[in-house]
Amino acid sequence: MALVLNEEQALLKETAEQFFQEKVPVANFRKLRDSKDENGYDTAVWREIANLGFAGIMVPEQYGGTDFGPVGLGLVLEQAGRTLAATPLISTVLLAGSAIQQGGTSAQRQKYLPLIASGEIVMALALEEGAHHNPCAIATKAEAAGDNFKITGKKVFVLDGHVADVLIVAARTSGGPKDTSGITLFLVDTKNTDGLKITRTHMADHRNAAIVEFDGVSVPAANVLGSVDGGWDVLEPALDIGRIGIAAETLGLIQQVFDTTVDYLKERKQFGKVIGSFQALQHRAAELFCEVELCRSVVLEALSAVEERRNDVPKLASLAKARLAEASRLITNEGLQMHGGIGMTDEYDIGLFMKRARVAAATLGDANFHRNRYAELDDY
Amino acid sequence: MDALEKFRAETREWLEANCPASMRTPMKEGEEPWGGRKAVWKNPDSKIWMERMAERGWTAPTWPKEYGGGGLTKEENMVLQQEMRRIHARTPLMSFGLWMLGPALLEFANEEQKKEHIPPIVRGEIRWCQGYSEPGAGSDLAGLQTKCEDKGDHYLVNGQKIWTSYADKADWIFCLVRTDTSKKHEGISFLLIDMDQPGVETRPITMISGASPFCETFLTDAKAPKKNLVGELNKGWTIAKRLLQHERAMISGMGLGGGGGAGPGIEQAAKDYIGEENGRIADPSVRDKIVRQKMDSQAFALTMRRSAEEAKAGQGPGAASSMFKYYGTELNKRRYELLLEVMGIQGLGWEGEGFSEDELTTTRAWLRSKGNSIEGGTSEVQLNVIAKRVLELPE
Ligand SMILES: Cc1cc2nc3c(=O)[nH]c(=O)nc-3n(C[C@H](O)[C@H](O)[C@H](O)COP(=O)(O)OP(=O)(O)OC[C@H]3O[C@@H](n4cnc5c(N)ncnc54)[C@H](O)[C@@H]3O)c2cc1C
Repeated sequence: MALVLNEEQALLKETAEQFFQEKVPVANFRKLRDSKDENGYDTAVWREIANLGFAGIMVPEQYGGTDFGPVGLGLVLEQAGRTLAATPLISTVLLAGSAIQQGGTSAQRQKYLPLIASGEIVMALALEEGAHHNPCAIATKAEAAGDNFKITGKKVFVLDGHVADVLIVAARTSGGPKDTSGITLFLVDTKNTDGLKITRTHMADHRNAAIVEFDGVSVPAANVLGSVDGGWDVLEPALDIGRIGIAAETLGLIQQVFDTTVDYLKERKQFGKVIGSFQALQHRAAELFCEVELCRSVVLEALSAVEERRNDVPKLASLAKARLAEASRLITNEGLQMHGGIGMTDEYDIGLFMKRARVAAATLGDANFHRNRYAELDDY
Repeated sequence: MDALEKFRAETREWLEANCPASMRTPMKEGEEPWGGRKAVWKNPDSKIWMERMAERGWTAPTWPKEYGGGGLTKEENMVLQQEMRRIHARTPLMSFGLWMLGPALLEFANEEQKKEHIPPIVRGEIRWCQGYSEPGAGSDLAGLQTKCEDKGDHYLVNGQKIWTSYADKADWIFCLVRTDTSKKHEGISFLLIDMDQPGVETRPITMISGASPFCETFLTDAKAPKKNLVGELNKGWTIAKRLLQHERAMISGMGLGGGGGAGPGIEQAAKDYIGEENGRIADPSVRDKIVRQKMDSQAFALTMRRSAEEAKAGQGPGAASSMFKYYGTELNKRRYELLLEVMGIQGLGWEGEGFSEDELTTTRAWLRSKGNSIEGGTSEVQLNVIAKRVLELPE
């Protein structure tokens, strides 16, 4: 296992860096926000991302993907994190893509994977039901009715829910509210489906999320993803990939905030000298440097574990998610403080990074959730 | 690859035949193989083991053969370390000569000096100590005042060193001395002094842990032949700094608790001392602290590995050694604080009845760990180095 990039990966990183810096700078995100863009992401940019092969990065070649693997996708996400690029990469490529890849029938793969790779479809995972990530606490019910299932319940914080063409819905077909067994995943079309209500929510990071309500939504049994009652086996690995992906995005985010802050320390003058000459600030910057370095190692290791299909993926996913959540809180807080008043302005970018950092931290489990899971995985 | 596998097979066979059984158990207090003229061999196997390894140069596996080293390639050394770990073999020799002075001599000394000083380090015959710090020169090391005068055929040294670890047990001292008072950094020289002379006196200082590992070292008309000057006169600072890098690298490893991560047992210790509920540590707040500690350790270990891989791939030096020194030692201190918290009053015994040997050792080790972020350059100094050298923040 390698914690350094090979040549191919270094090249991909360069391509991604150039693309996001030039085509999707923070200004692009501001435009979406300020114009209250209905989609919440730039569809033209998304097409370009697909054309570059980034959307198909984890899709096997036989389905039109580039099969570059998780490390590659992590590199792309990191660069996206540096410019706050809003894309359906997490919802569609990481979560839905890996769930279908993992649990889909050959017909389902045939149908969806090429569309994911070409960027022609947006998919969303309808999972959460409360204020905190708690993936098996599912009350949404699916009852068998002939060849169909009827879904009833309410999902919140569905990433890209209001722009999704297809939802993957986690519903309970048996078992109690906290059981991992008894969960079933369904592919649900968002168009022309009776009883389905999708309401966009506006989060602090101005990215897409939605409330999705099911009032007896009828879904054919053929739309079950994975097995009835056995959805957890598909869901959990997909969640881990999503978690690692968000950690990779967050790595880009903290690197950007850190770099910006150090630049500012070298530029801003007070008391007749640059503020970066004050030791109180130097030491805080040096500590943040250590944090960023540690975070980078953790993210790289987690990505390679996915790539090598190792059995420590769950633990590394929790390590990466927890550490990046904590580090991003620290670094955005410290970064803002070291900017003084200008850090508080909407015009300056650091606030945007802070808001994104908090939403990313809460997505798919915050640091508390993942510390607890890390301990559970080691039996203590 | 084949040659390497052959080397592995031979190494395994040799270790099997030559590593005494008692040397395949965890190191015991007082059995640390420091070598030197005054060595005390509490366990005679330690001596046998050191000598057998030294014979092959495997106490310094990658050093050149011509100076008694093992002459192994990095890959071969990795195999040797793996094979030693496989049988839980103890390290055959610990010494400042191996960790600090030797690497500096290999880089800066002349041929004659290498021939004279390196082989006895490899064989564990001479034990070295480090004469850097002085009462008035700690973090600001270059402010050192120990006077060194040219007396024609020898140097005459007068001054005081302090915090000299194991000076009372050492045979020789590598010293930073002042040879020019008109300049700061450019007036420092690097001198090797035999401590077996009337001009050198050591007085142990008791540490908060109760042990006395470090000393005051008084140099009063101490003599050293001129051939003992390493590098050029007044050019010692470059050597001093390089040696500090070796020292910092050595100390950083402590963050991993001698390879044990957060200490393999910290979660088990918590279950033992605090209790468990449904397989979990009963106190959720302690449990959370343990997870944080273990996560930090794993992240730190990964970063050490990444840095090594980056160095190998020629991608620059990676993150600074100061980062490892800073983070590793702070991590080690946190680990001991946490361990103590977990052990409750059982972690606070000093001696005698009521405490196991392990418990008493932990208490002392907790106190000793406080020095990690002071020795070899304090944490604050490391942060200064990161800020200035890595982040390039101005003075
Ligand atoms: C266990 C142990 C073993 C040691 N072994 C050896 C040895 O074998 N040989 C040897 O030569 N020395 C040895 N030392 C000495 C060690 O290198 C010094 O203690 C260390 O360099 C600090 O110097 P000082 O003690 O004079 O503290 P000071 O330099 O006086 O520092 C006091 C405080 O001020 C801070 N400070 C100082 N300068 C700055 C600055 N510029 N910016 C911010 N903060 C600053 C320090 O970080 C520290 O917190 C040992 C020390 C210990 C604890």
